[in-house]
Order: sequence, then C-alpha cells, then structure tokens
Amino acid sequence: MSEQKDVLLRVDGLKMYFPITQGIVVQRHVGDVKAVDGLTFDIHQGETLGLVGESGCGKSTTGRAILQLYKPTAGQVIFEGEDITAMRGESLRKMRRRMQMIFQDPYASLNPRMTVGNIVSEPLEVHSLFNGKERREKVKELLDVVGLNPYFVNRYPHEFSGGQRQRIGVARALALNPDFIVCDEPISALDVSIQAQVINLLEDLQQEFGLTYLFIAHDLSVVRHISDRIAVMYLGKLVELTTRDELYANPMHPYSQALLSAVPIPDPVVEEKRQRVILEGDVPSPANPPKGCNFCTRCPKAFEPCYETEPEFKEIESGHWVACHLY
Amino acid sequence: MTPDELTQPADNLLDVERTFSERLAYIGRFFWRDKSGIIGLVMFFLVVFAAVFSPAISPYNPLKQNLRDSKMLPAWTAEGSWDHPFGTDNLGRDIFSRVIYGARVSLTVGFFGVLIAGTLGMVLGAIAGYAGGRIDSVIMGVINLVLSLPYLLFVVFIAAILGRSLINVILIFGITDSPVFARVTRGEVLRIRESGYVESAISAGARWPRIVFDHIIPNLIGPLITLATFEMSAMIFYEAGLGFLGLSVPPTVPSWGNMLAAGRKYLTSYPWIATFPGLAIMFTSMGMNLLGDWLRDVLDPRLRRSRK
Repeated sequence: MSEQKDVLLRVDGLKMYFPITQGIVVQRHVGDVKAVDGLTFDIHQGETLGLVGESGCGKSTTGRAILQLYKPTAGQVIFEGEDITAMRGESLRKMRRRMQMIFQDPYASLNPRMTVGNIVSEPLEVHSLFNGKERREKVKELLDVVGLNPYFVNRYPHEFSGGQRQRIGVARALALNPDFIVCDEPISALDVSIQAQVINLLEDLQQEFGLTYLFIAHDLSVVRHISDRIAVMYLGKLVELTTRDELYANPMHPYSQALLSAVPIPDPVVEEKRQRVILEGDVPSPANPPKGCNFCTRCPKAFEPCYETEPEFKEIESGHWVACHLY
Repeated sequence: MTPDELTQPADNLLDVERTFSERLAYIGRFFWRDKSGIIGLVMFFLVVFAAVFSPAISPYNPLKQNLRDSKMLPAWTAEGSWDHPFGTDNLGRDIFSRVIYGARVSLTVGFFGVLIAGTLGMVLGAIAGYAGGRIDSVIMGVINLVLSLPYLLFVVFIAAILGRSLINVILIFGITDSPVFARVTRGEVLRIRESGYVESAISAGARWPRIVFDHIIPNLIGPLITLATFEMSAMIFYEAGLGFLGLSVPPTVPSWGNMLAAGRKYLTSYPWIATFPGLAIMFTSMGMNLLGDWLRDVLDPRLRRSRK
C-alpha cells in the first residue's frame, strides 16, 4: 500500500443530473434526478479507491461520468492536469485509451455476435494499434494474462461462464494499456466462488501494470480487501473519504457507522458484541432530496442544523474527510 | 480445480483457427442436424424453381383454352388422364401448368413486397430508434397512421383508381407492411444502442461507423431476416386472398388467387379446380415458415448449439 501522493485524477464538483420531462411532442423539463450531486475527490497514482454505497446512490453514474460516458452536468474531471470534461471528439477519443472500464454485467457487455478475439481486439482496431498478425498475437497474449486459454479466440461469449466472461472484459480493458480503470461492480454478477478469482486477478494486474483503480462496489468486505482508500456515498454525495484502515477502525459519519455495523465479523466473540445500527425508512428520491443534509431523514444522530443547512465536506483529520454537522 | 484447469478447452472443434472449407463443413453438419430446416429449404427452392423455369416445365400454355376437354379430373382418378396431371379447369386450361405459372406471381409479390416494406421500414425504424426524441415521435406517428388504415379498403381504393396490376399489388403490400419492419427495427436499435457492448465500444473510443456496422447491424440482421421470411409467406397468402376477391392481378394472369376465385363456383361439382392452387399456397407458406424458423436459430450464435 504505497503512500504516493501523486494525483492521477481529480474530480471537482462533479454533478450529473438526468432531466425529467413530460409531454409527448413538446417535452417540458419538470425536474432533475440528481444522481451525482457535487463530488470532489482525488485518486492517487497506483492506488485503489473504493466507492461504496447502497443501490441507486449514484456510484455507477459517478464512474460513467468520470469516463465521459455521460456528459456531466457540471464540474471537472482532471486527468493528469487536463480537464477531460472540456474535451470533444478526437482528443477525447485519444484520452479514452488511458482510462478504461470493467463493466458490471459480463453478460450484457460483450457483443453476442462477435468472437472473443474480435471483442478483445476491438480497442486495438479502434486506435489502429498493431496490424493483422501482431494484433492477433497481442489478443492471445491478453487472454493469457487474464488466465484464459488463448485458443478461445474463435469462441463466442455465450460459450463462457460468468467468471470467464468477466475475464474477457478485463482483457479488453487492458488491451490499450490504460493507466486508470473504473471497475463498476465487476464481481457482483458472479458466483461467490468465482469472485475471489477475479479479485485476485485484478490485484495481480494492478501490481504488474501499475494500474490505478476506482473500485465501485456494495460488498463491504470486498472493498475492504482491495481498497487503499474508501469513499462512502449516499444519495449522490460523498459522506466520508479516508484510508481503508481508518474507515473501518473509526468511521465518523453516522451513515458509514451504520453501513459498517452491518458487516459480520468472522470472530464469534467479537461478533457477539457487534452492535448493529439499523436505519429506519427508505432512501429519499434523488429527484427530490431533503433540505439540509441528505441523510437527515434517516440519521440516528440528526439535530437542528442537519435539517437546515447542508454539511460541508471537510477534512476533519489528516486525510479523513467527512460531511457531517457533528464534527 | 485450479483456474488453469478451469480454462482448458472443452471442445477442440471451435478452438483452432479454422480454414474456410472447415467452416463450410461445420455449417453443413449443423444444417444436416436440423431436418425441418432442410425440408423448408427444399420446399422453398422447389417453388423458386417452378417460378423461374415455368415455360420449360409446364406441359401446356397456361392460357390456352380447350373447351372440349374442360373440367377434367386429375390423372389418378378413374376418368383422369396423364395428359393433364391435375386435370383442367372450367375453360379447359391445364391446372398443372397454371399452378406452375402461378408461383411467378406469388413469388414476385412476396419478394418485391418484402424488399420495399423491408427497406422502407428499416430505414424509418433505424432513424427513429437512433435519433430518438422528436424525430422518433414524428416517424412513429406516421407509422401508426399507416397501420390504422383499413388495408382492404385501401386496396379496393387503389385498385379502383390505378387498376389491377402486379405493380400496384406490390406497392400496396410494400407500403402497408413497412410499419411492421419499422417497429421491429426501432425496437432493436433502441435495445442495442443502450446495450452494455455499445457502451463498452464507446468507452474504448469507437467512432459511430464502427458502432453502427459492427454492433448495431449484426445484431439487427437476424431478427429482420427471420421477419422477412415470415412476412413474405404472409404476403403470398394475402395476394392469394386479394386474387380470390378479384382485387389482385388481372383475371387473365394465372395466379393462385385467381384460380381459387375461378374454382369457387365449381367447389361442389368439381372441387379439384380450387384444390390445387390451395395446396400450392399451403406448400409455399409452409416451406417459408420452416425456413424462417431455421434461419432464426442459425443466425443467432446463442441458439446454434441448443438446436438439436
């Protein structure tokens, strides 16, 4: 776990709103789903930043907005000093070589009519890297790297298991030798027995190629295993961001506390004493978030200012950011 | 098992880089396994053969009347003769020759009707699906309007204005059937455009031609070819129906529908006159439906294996 502080990617005030429209021919704009509402954080060179939160809190949208698969509503994504939200066309296309994504659903993210060889070589063709024979060799090499038999090149995706398909997705993401990979819940669609294999593969590849990951997940034990730092997200906003050990030892935001208290501890003595913080109610709609703190409707520790003003996301201790009025 | 063992090839046939002839043999084997596909293909080719070579294979001129030999029974009945295998109609024309010539009209209508409907529908559907928004609303509005036209009334109307001709029938089918293609195309384009693999192609930096030609079209073509075979068989059916109502090609042209109409009056006394064109229609549409079923499975790599 390196202590490098070189910032590879800086996200500054990122907002992603999806408009809600009404009407059939003339579409009126009646509101926004605030899927991502003002995120600011850094990702350091070579680290794994875990992004956790419950379903629908905007984790995947964050990943896609960073990669410019969605055009962010506001904010900047600065990759090695360049603001990629301002990029269009060819320069953006070139930039995509350096940032790739591993998708959540290995069944939907591979074209059923393309062979594995074509799928993995597509990024190479898109950027005109290598020619015919070299490209085929490169594809076989990539399959080998992710632990698939290189002779599988002529097979179709449906002939593989979920874990193997995810390996194909990883090979494809690696094809362009990227610096940064967004892993969008890469294991949540897989069997538990296969999850560990894919996690280990991702870790090995990180070591080998010096990759930087944004690892999106809702499985807290997996995030704990793979991340250097962890960001906790709730209803489109970051509530806490700190190192992995600090978060698990000393979660400060009431939401993080509730989230972590849900993780079983593999020690019967400690597990016995585990106090669960049970949250009441449901997550409010991102189209109509509450006034004040987004978490105030469910927070066990909420007091007056929580219902009035939005807490600032600030550094409470060195490297430990929290958005809460308690601190 | 170690991960290494897990990824060992299970089926060597697929894992070697195959030559063209090996691929062809593979497709052939696959074809042979599916008997209903072969039957459908054979039936379809028989009809195509009859249409293309009708002058060579039909024993008589289909228009030649011979009142002395009218209403003859088929050859295998007591009164029949092998001079006229299927017998003759009320004007003494050879039914066998007329059935063979009838394939021309049916196939022409089916083929060109689908060509027009398919082209029109695909272009409109693809634009609606890909562009979305207001363009989509307008195109789909027009399509729903065409769908709401009572088709038979439309046919009577056109036939009354422009007269009865093959081209009119084809045009009517082409226009009234295009919404079916447009809807399927639009739905598929919408589905594919939002799919994970298109997103992953974009994130790899793919430009739009690659997305259209490598991702959207290959995934679109299977359902459309299948739809085209089914629509073709439906058009052959409808053309015969129109012929029966006297709204299709002029009565002098030997078509299955016209033959049915002519045979209607003699259904109780000489049922054979209407039976043979009816069987021909059945044969053709059955062949095309079997073929379409088979094509759907063959064109989708996911279904190839599951088909016994």
